[in-house]
Formats: sequence, C-alpha cells, structure tokens
Amino acid sequence: MSDTPTRHVTVTIRPKVGLRDPEGNAIEHALAALGWQGVTNVHVGRTVSFELPAGDDDTARSEAAEMCSRILANPVIEDFQIEVGGRGV
Amino acid sequence: MSEQHLHRQLGLTDAELAMYSVMWSEHCSYKSSRVHLGRLPSDGPQVVLGPGENAGVVDIGDGLGVVVRIESHNHPSYVEPYQGAATGVGGILRDILTMGARPTACFDSLRFGLPVEAPATAVAPSGDSGAADDETLRQRWLANGVVSGISGYGNAVGVPTVGGEILFDPTYAGNPLVNVMALGVMELEHLQRAQATGEGNIVLLIGASTGRDGIGGVSVLASSGFEAGDEEKRPSVQVGDPFEEKKLIEACLELFRSGLSVGAQDLGGAGLTCATSETAAGGSGGMDVDLDAVVLREQGMPAFEILTSESQERMLVVVEPGDLDAALDVCARWEAPACVVGRVTDSGRLRVRQGGDVVCDVPPASLAEGIRYDRPLARPARIDALTARDPSAELPVVTEATLREETSLLMTSPNLASAEWAYRQYDHQLFLNTVVRPGEGDAAVLRVMGTDKALAVALDGVGRYGRLDPRRGAALAVAEASRNVSAVGAVPIAAVDCMNFGNPEKPEVMWEFSEAVDGLTEACEALGVPIVGGNVSFYNETSGRDIDPTPIVGVVGLVDPLPGVPSGVGFEVLGDLVLVAGATGVDLGGSEWAWWNYGVVCGSPPAVDWPAERAHNAFLADVQRAGLARSVHDVSLGGVAVCLCECALAGGVGAVVDTTAWAPAISLSAALFSETSGRSVLSVPPGAAEAIEHLAQTHGVPIFRVGEVGGDSIFGIPLADLESAVTPRW
Amino acid sequence: MSGLVAIPIIPGVNCEHDVAHAISLVGGESAFVHHMEATLPSGTQAVYIPGGFSYGDYLRAGAIARFAPIVAAIGRAAADGMPVLGVCNGFQILCEAGLLPGALARNVGLRFLCQDVHLRVETAGTPVTHRLKAGNVLRIPINHGEGCYTAPTETIDRLEAGNQVLLRYCRPDGTVDPDDRESNPNGSLRSIAGVTNEAGNVAGMMPHPERASESILGSVDGLPIVESLVKVSTTAGVA
Repeated sequence: MSDTPTRHVTVTIRPKVGLRDPEGNAIEHALAALGWQGVTNVHVGRTVSFELPAGDDDTARSEAAEMCSRILANPVIEDFQIEVGGRGV
Repeated sequence: MSEQHLHRQLGLTDAELAMYSVMWSEHCSYKSSRVHLGRLPSDGPQVVLGPGENAGVVDIGDGLGVVVRIESHNHPSYVEPYQGAATGVGGILRDILTMGARPTACFDSLRFGLPVEAPATAVAPSGDSGAADDETLRQRWLANGVVSGISGYGNAVGVPTVGGEILFDPTYAGNPLVNVMALGVMELEHLQRAQATGEGNIVLLIGASTGRDGIGGVSVLASSGFEAGDEEKRPSVQVGDPFEEKKLIEACLELFRSGLSVGAQDLGGAGLTCATSETAAGGSGGMDVDLDAVVLREQGMPAFEILTSESQERMLVVVEPGDLDAALDVCARWEAPACVVGRVTDSGRLRVRQGGDVVCDVPPASLAEGIRYDRPLARPARIDALTARDPSAELPVVTEATLREETSLLMTSPNLASAEWAYRQYDHQLFLNTVVRPGEGDAAVLRVMGTDKALAVALDGVGRYGRLDPRRGAALAVAEASRNVSAVGAVPIAAVDCMNFGNPEKPEVMWEFSEAVDGLTEACEALGVPIVGGNVSFYNETSGRDIDPTPIVGVVGLVDPLPGVPSGVGFEVLGDLVLVAGATGVDLGGSEWAWWNYGVVCGSPPAVDWPAERAHNAFLADVQRAGLARSVHDVSLGGVAVCLCECALAGGVGAVVDTTAWAPAISLSAALFSETSGRSVLSVPPGAAEAIEHLAQTHGVPIFRVGEVGGDSIFGIPLADLESAVTPRW
Repeated sequence: MSGLVAIPIIPGVNCEHDVAHAISLVGGESAFVHHMEATLPSGTQAVYIPGGFSYGDYLRAGAIARFAPIVAAIGRAAADGMPVLGVCNGFQILCEAGLLPGALARNVGLRFLCQDVHLRVETAGTPVTHRLKAGNVLRIPINHGEGCYTAPTETIDRLEAGNQVLLRYCRPDGTVDPDDRESNPNGSLRSIAGVTNEAGNVAGMMPHPERASESILGSVDGLPIVESLVKVSTTAGVA
C-alpha cells in the first residue's frame, strides 16, 4: 500500500450545462458593469484536489470518477472534469 | 516601570514574553479602562454574576437564569468582513457556553460609513466631504460582507439572530463596528465556573486543531489603530468553522449536564495562554500543560505560537481522572476532537512543557491579572465649540408647506432604511422562542420555553450624540434600549455595554471614555438597571482619526407573565386614534434631521428627565400588559415625524395628524424632528382611548390625541413614496 | 394510539428540539436517534429528518450526511413503506440519498432566506397531508440558502403526472407564479416546495412545519402536517 505512488488529482465541479446559474449570472453582470462587456458563459464551480495512491493515471482517473458520481458531485445539477498529474490549487 | 524593562528584569523565555505580551495587551487586560469600569453599577437582587466573568448571569425566577454578553469584533471585520463577523459570533457563543448555557439568541449592532451619497443640502455631513462614489461602494461591500458572515456562521452553528440594528455615519468609514450580543437561558444550579480546581484533575482541550491563525491577534488587531492600506494585517484574521463549533457546543453541554466537567473556559483572545492562566488563577492555583499533546494543524509551531494561537472553536474542560473515559466518549459521540493537555496542580505555577523543555513557569495570576493604567484625561476642544452653536439657528424654519419635503428627504437616510435585507438572511426562529421577530417591534421578544415568561432584548447607541457629549450619548443609549424593551411590555432587568472608542493614549479619548462611563452609571442608576457585563474596544481609529465615542448598550427586559403576542409597531385599523405620549422639547442637537438633511451636528444632545423616562417606561409596559393599544412604537431617530411614518409603513395604513397637537408651544421643526427621550406613538381603538389616557395620567405621562389612522399617506406623503425611500439601495 | 416518530441526529442538524416539541404538541412521541445507529428504534412508525446544517453543508447540503448509517436504515424502512418526512436539510439529505427525485440548488437571489411563505397543498392523502385538502393554503416559514428545487424537465413532468408534487409556493390567494420572486422566493422550478417518492410514503419539503406550530409564533398552519405524520399509523388507507 505504502509503496504505491500517489497521483495528484484535481476535480472541477460546475453547474450542469444549460442549468440556471444565478451566481455565474451575477458575476457576469458585475463584470459588465465594471467595463468587461461581452464576457459570457460565466460559471462558478468548486475545485476538489487530493493525492491518491494509484499506479497509473488511468487508475487514478477512474477512482476519481467513482468518487464524483458517489459524493463529490450531484449529477442532477452538476458536471465534473478530472485532471490527473497536474499541480492543484 | 515600562513593560519592556519589566520583561528584561524577569528574565522571561520567548514563550513567556509572548504570553505576557498578549495577556497584558489592551484587549485582554483592559489596562486602560479598568480604573474607570469599577464605577458602573452592577448590583441588584437579580444579579447572580456581574462583570468580570465570561458572561453576566441574571436570575429570572423559577430557578432559571439569563446568561448574557456583548463583544466587539471591529478590527477583524474591517480587515476581512465575512470572517471577522463570523468569528465574532463564534467567540461570543463560546462565552455563553462556558457558563453552562446553550446559546439561544444573537443580536448585532453594526456601524458602517455611508452606503449612499448624502443629499445635496447636506454637502458636508459631520464635517466630511460627501462620500465619494467608490467609498460608498466600499461601505456596501463591508456591510454586505459582515451581514453575510453573521448569517453564514450564525445560521449554520444553529443560533438564531433575532435582533439588532445597523446605522451609518462617515465616522465609521475607516473603522466599522461589529458588536455582537448573545444570550442563553439555563437552570442556575448547572452554572459552570471558569476554574481549574482539584489537584490531579485532567485538563482537556476540545474542538478544532491549533494552527497559526490569529497569532498575536488580539494585540495586533485590537490594540492599535489602522493606517491606510493595512491589508497586510490579514494573516492575523481567524477563519470560523460553524460546524466545528456546533459539535463543540453539543459535546460541552452534555459534559456539563452529566456532571463530568469540574470547570471550563473557552479559548478566545490569547488562546491557550488566557484559558490556562485564568482557570489556574481562579482554581487550585497551578497547572502543568504539555504542548506536545496539542493537536496542531501545521508542523513545527514553536511554543509561543501554540500558546498564543487564536484558532477558533476550542474549549478547555477540566475533568476528574475517574471521569476521563466517560468525557472522551461524550466528545467522540459528538465527533468533537478532544485530547488531554494538562493537569491541575497546587504548585501556584503555570508550567508549560514542550519536547521535554519547560518553556513557561510563571504564577498564573501574574498573567491573568495584567496591569492597569490610569491614563491622563483631557476634555477635547471640539466639545465646547460644537455645543456653543445653536442648531436651530443653522437650520431652516419648517412650515406646513415644507414639512412634507423635509420628511420625505429625511426618510431617505440610510439610518431609517428597512433592515429587512439583513435580517431575512438570519435564521431568527430556531428554538421556537421568537414571539416578536425582527422588524415587528421595538425589541425582540423571546419566550422562555416551559414558563409563561418572556425576555425582551434591544441594542442601541448613537455615536453622533457621543461626539457632542459622550456622557449624554451613553445615557441616551441606556434610555433608548430600556424604552424599547418597555415598548413590548418588559421591565428592564439588566444591561451590557460595548464601549467603542478611539485611541486611549490620547487624553481626549480617555476623557470621552470616562464621561461615557459616568453617563452609563447615571442612566443605569436612574432606571434601576445593573450592568452585568461589558466589553471595551479601543483604538477605533484610522490614520490618526478616532471614531465618535460609541457606547452600544444592550438591555434585557423580563415580561412576566407574557400575556400573548404584544402589539406591534404598525397602524392597522381605520379609525383608530393616534396618540403621542411624553413631552416634546426642543432637542435638535445631534438629531437625524439636522444631520441628514443639512449636515448640521452641533448643540447638545437631548438631556434625559429620568423620573419622566421611568414613568414613560412603566406606562408602556402597562399598556402592553393590559393589551390596550393596537400599536406601540417608541420615538427615537428622526422624532415624531419619522415615528409616524414608520407606524404607517409597518401597518400599511396611513394617518391624518394635526401637527400642532403634541407640542403647540414650540416650533414645527422641533415638534416634528426633536429627539427628546421618553416618548412614544400609539394607536388605539377609539373605545380604549380614555383608558389609555387614564393610565398615562396615573403614571404622570403627558399624552396627546394627534389624529386618526386611515388613508394611504402620512403628512400627505403617499405610503408608496415612503416605501421606496426606506428601500435600501445597497 | 400514535406510534413513535424517530428524529435522526446527524452532526450539524439543529431543528431536532423544535421538531420534538411540535410532535409533542399534537400528542405524539418522538425519540432522537444517533447518526451512527444502523437501525431505527423499535416501535418507530415514522421518521422526521430535521433541518439544520448537517456537516456544515460542506460540499453540498446533505451530500455527506446521506452516508450516515442511520440514513441507510431510513432507506430500508422507507422501502418497506414507512412514512418519512425530510424538512429543509432533511429534504436535501433525502434528495442526495436518492430517496427523493431532484436536487436543491442555491436560491436564485443568492441570499439565505428566513421568512414566511404561502404554500398550496397539491397532493392530499399522503402520510404528511392526509389531514389537509388539495388547494389548502398554508403560511409556513422557510429558512435556507439552497432551496431552489431543480430537476430535469422529464422528471418534473413525471412528478406532476404521478401526483408526486406535494406543495407549491403560492400567493396568499393560492395562485402560483414561478416567476414571481415574492411568492416563489428561492426560484424553485414550477414553484415546487415539496415532493414525494413514487410510492408516496417519503416526502420532502423546504418549509418548516414545526416553526408554524403555535399561534404565539405567528402561525399554526404547520400542525396538520406534523399531525398527519404522527397519526398516520392510525389512519386507514393512506398512500
């Protein structure tokens, strides 16, 4: 167990495409008011980052996908993206 | 002897130096204020525990006590409004908990700079140039951040925020005030003491892990003023975790209720240093502490950091060795981490070890008792200059033709705006005690479950009065808060004060402070309300400018028995008579009208006629007890004119009033906008008017029939216009 | 006689005492159950999951609590037909656990809301509405930051067709307008304030009936809901 190398995983969770995103809209309006006209598609999500014992990237990715569907994201309202290997926040 | 010199003579370790430094800071030691605070009246047959404890305790009969406390979190909230306010809530809840009570209600008194520009007629409110656009935006950001922080923490920790007030003045632009008051009701026999007694007893640290947050926080943030661009102070800001606090509350309450705790103390300012030294000094006199047992969030923290960390959501609980396993089980069941960090001794020393070394070995009382200063006092030059001016001479003469315009403009003052935007974000109903909700009455009313009693709570304080006369400003805060609880039918039984002042190293500020203490004393003695706890916040200054002296007073009243839901503030029924109770004088000094409409702040604030004030309070309580009035609303900022507008807005019905009916002998401006203390506006069914007048007469309170409820305007101002005037634009 | 109502205590919930009080007001009996318990107390005839902030609402409201052993026990009991009501955070937990359809997203105004709302009873005869009639209008407080009921359109259509919409936010006169922020303050889709599962025995709602249980608190409109749950065992032919 302790010999297994760890992978750095970053999961980005954001509101499902097409779903109303009041927080994103509010920021879009604020940006427009400050002069950034034309900025569109603003969405606010969450980032979950962690180290995971996994022999390779694919294993880490499938583990993380399992975590997302069980607890990290709510598929009714959220989509997620998984990045393996990169440095998280 | 200077502090530095003393340290060198004592040959202190690094940890000891840090410990003395925080414990002897202004925030922890009250070194500048203690010499004055002794003058406050704190005795009364109902007082179980007064100032100097974690919280005051007041007997309300049937073996029950109210535990109450107020505290400021001004500086942390300026640096980071959300977390500053959130941890302010968390901190005061632990003070109530430490006494053994479940905290069941919170109240906030908030002060910010102007969130909107002052009207053109008042180009220079309070001598400042009108708030610039980006400055108003910054104030809105601060106000929203603080309210979100209170909401975010209070709601999640499960303590309702049921009252308070929000006022705006340029004096707070660089130094907002966030004063939080909390209370709980408990069986007095379960009162806990902050004492570590019984040699060999075990000291548990329960709750969150210890990190570097807020190292030196109290001394850094609360014991010096702000300079422009002070964002670097951000590292001292603590981050709150309401979930951790909720678990801590449940675990501690179970420890207390099951008799497993011998003594307890929360970790607040000065963290472990304060909790260990104060409990040891108050108990068997000594304690051995092992820092290696403290669960740390970061590696490699030196002793002084562990000892002075202000990580939130932690409690120290002392248990007997035989009860240790049971106590740890309770903590585990509530998922509150707990570890043994020390033992009670009778050595008379606080001995702290880390990695086998003794890093601290001092008499705990020397830390806990601190030092005291008797700083010089000097009456500020501005006072005579301001009070020598007659506000009436600087203000226009209001006529029947202009009163509508004057009142409409006054109602746009942010201080008269609806606070619904804030209190709708607060859970104000949890525990099913809230009988009068925010916005429904002059004070919050909370029933005491299992009895037929209720508590009424109000928080008040007007800095502008303090600028003109700090003694009267303080007295008026007590008067208004007492009047507010009386207006919902309660008898004031106790008060707490939060003294927000500038830099105490300036003799003028110390003079203001001393005057305010005398004002509180005068008012509390006159109204028979003991002060059972308080907090002093000095160094409320930015770039050398001190805030207006702002004592905030919280008054707790008892309604016994509660006859039902008290009458609210709104006009409701067409044809009801409108009455003004209490005599109106020419009191425009520091008034909302003079300030907001014309930028005039001069003259003297209202002087309180104490016998009349007391009689009026008793009259209001009797009115509510007898259920004689349809509505009761106290007159405060903006005078009778604003009070009438508020009654109309609250009930959604206007009124027709004769403006010469309650003060024919004085100018119309004074009749409408005077802020004379001891007055109220009532609406009563015509059939009850005589009974009310008779009641007023028996109390010696003058009362005037001034009009009739009806229509959709007041002074001819449509209610819809008033509604938009009081709708916040932030 | 009425049966025992189990009130699960998951760390961070805070309405448990209020719920117990309301249950006692209608003559019911309740028992607190620790979240690590794997079974409901014997004699349990209904479950009332109280509101609050389980696990601080961290991650998502209800997302962590759904894994508590007691929630698994509630799921098993529900499958056997036991009446279960989740209020506020309790509703969020039931949705996260998949015992109810849909999800509760952040309020459209982005602010936490504590205020009275009006509710129209859409489906009577469930274990929590058998003391009410369809079309009844109730005034009950809400207290949440994440109460915007959300689900795919097909799901909502199916809920409506299957009488699974329990309550809708409405105006005082009972009219429903999903775009009206006054009457539907959190912006719930089709103004849905409460739903049931297909069988009808599991119900969730954002408003707090226990907070409208005494006239001195401003309303008694929540009592019929509490009473329905408490007295469900004695009522023949429900759901």
